[in-house]
Amino acid sequence: MISLGIEGTAHTIGIGIVEDKNKKCNVLSNVSKMYKPATGGIHPREAANHHAFFLPKILKEAIKSARIEIDDIDVLGFSIGPGLGPCLRTVATASRAMALKYKKPIIGVNHCIAHLEIGRALTGAKDPVLLYASGGNTQVIAFLDRKYRIFGETLDIGIGNCLDKFGREIGISFPAGPEIEKLAEKGRKYIHLPYSVKGMDVAFSGILTAAIHLLKKESKEDISHSLQETCFSMLAEVTERAMAHTDKGEVLLGGGVAANKRLQAIIKKMAEERGAKFYVPSKKYLVDNGAMIAWTALLMYKSGYRMKIDETKIRQNFRTDEVEIKWRS
Amino acid sequence: MEKLIKKGAEAEIYLSEWLGKEVIIKRRIRKGYRIKELDNAIREHRTKREALLMMAARGAGVSVPIIYDINLYKKEIVMQYIDGMRVKDFIDKIDEENQKKICKKIGKSIAAMHENGIIHGDITTSNMIIGDGTLYFIDFGLGMKSEENEDRGVDMHLLMEAFNAVHKNKKLFEWVFEEYEKNFDEGKEVRKKINEIISRGRYMRRVT
Repeated sequence: MISLGIEGTAHTIGIGIVEDKNKKCNVLSNVSKMYKPATGGIHPREAANHHAFFLPKILKEAIKSARIEIDDIDVLGFSIGPGLGPCLRTVATASRAMALKYKKPIIGVNHCIAHLEIGRALTGAKDPVLLYASGGNTQVIAFLDRKYRIFGETLDIGIGNCLDKFGREIGISFPAGPEIEKLAEKGRKYIHLPYSVKGMDVAFSGILTAAIHLLKKESKEDISHSLQETCFSMLAEVTERAMAHTDKGEVLLGGGVAANKRLQAIIKKMAEERGAKFYVPSKKYLVDNGAMIAWTALLMYKSGYRMKIDETKIRQNFRTDEVEIKWRS
Repeated sequence: MEKLIKKGAEAEIYLSEWLGKEVIIKRRIRKGYRIKELDNAIREHRTKREALLMMAARGAGVSVPIIYDINLYKKEIVMQYIDGMRVKDFIDKIDEENQKKICKKIGKSIAAMHENGIIHGDITTSNMIIGDGTLYFIDFGLGMKSEENEDRGVDMHLLMEAFNAVHKNKKLFEWVFEEYEKNFDEGKEVRKKINEIISRGRYMRRVT
């Protein structure tokens, strides 16, 4: 079975084509284009215009490099939420048009679950706790009782958003994470920042404010180092707690911020100390991508999910634990 | 001589001797994934917080082990060893009348804690000990100070899950809650919160 997936929840428009071969995920193509604002953060309408402009181009490219025809596609998936409204609507409209024109079944996919499923498919993790760390989302997710349940999450802004906002203060453009990572490597001194773990949840906005205040007297290298160490340790702690809680012996990373080598090292060390396995997919499957939507749509379709066109309304606040996971037991 | 009796995700519990007394030492272990400065600060802060919560609970009239010493260098609390039995281990083996007596004690104690802004954070029957007829609460490691019904609800929900997962008599939690409501004005609001928490489907835990 061949599935085409369109991702477009935020800054990235991506199209992936996958097939299941012997129950394994085989990525035939995965093309994407990222919107980068000239200044400031993501402007939702600008991002949506960007997606509308590039979608036809990357669609052609994805089909061409997968060496298939439109007719070969069995199911069409798209990111139905959560995400920025204008971006979601653009992608949903394109998907509906394609589904009607080519008479393909359409499936709206939860973006967060797609991150988890592509990670599972490509790393071999079977029943992991997922630390999903991206710009807008920061969640600790695990499978329990037919749902992907959120065991911990941010109470305010996503970790990537925190890094981006700090980056903006020191003149780094979006996305700021990779530059901050480089600065942090040069940092030597740890400066105490608020450590905000509340039960199984985390919060970043207070730390961000504290870090910005420090700019008056400390170097940006030292602050970047301290910011990363504090935030990532918090993530490791809540992830570990979820693992202890659910008694799971695997941890999987997902989301753009998970490409950060320091975060990877921290989570890996945490896993080692408790005798658990650590998994991380390659960067192109950590960041938003079409293949993850395609793969999850395929899993959903095969487990019996069907959607009528009028059921494909976008869901900006779509929760991870709202989807019944019929393809797992 | 120290003897390790329990190893948790955050701390290790030792049975030891201190000035001729049999004591429990709770020591927070170093996490290798955190840099040293941060790790020390977190462990120190939590050791302090736990000791303060235990003292606050005592102030609220709830029995907790006596704290003999706090060592912030070693991140440990030295406390009284309670010679008794965990509620978890015997409550299924006694008759209903005695079960009810204990449940009432539990409900009254939690009401006192919540009334005084103390959230235990891990109320399970494993963390309750009966020694010499007194009900003791132990392990305030996940506790916090809060006057929010949300936090109280999470606390009670945890106890409910613990009772339902481990104990046969399904009336136990209801007895606890009746007494809790009798002794705490916000009890009814907390009950509503529990239903809300259940509907969110989080905080589901494996209780052993």
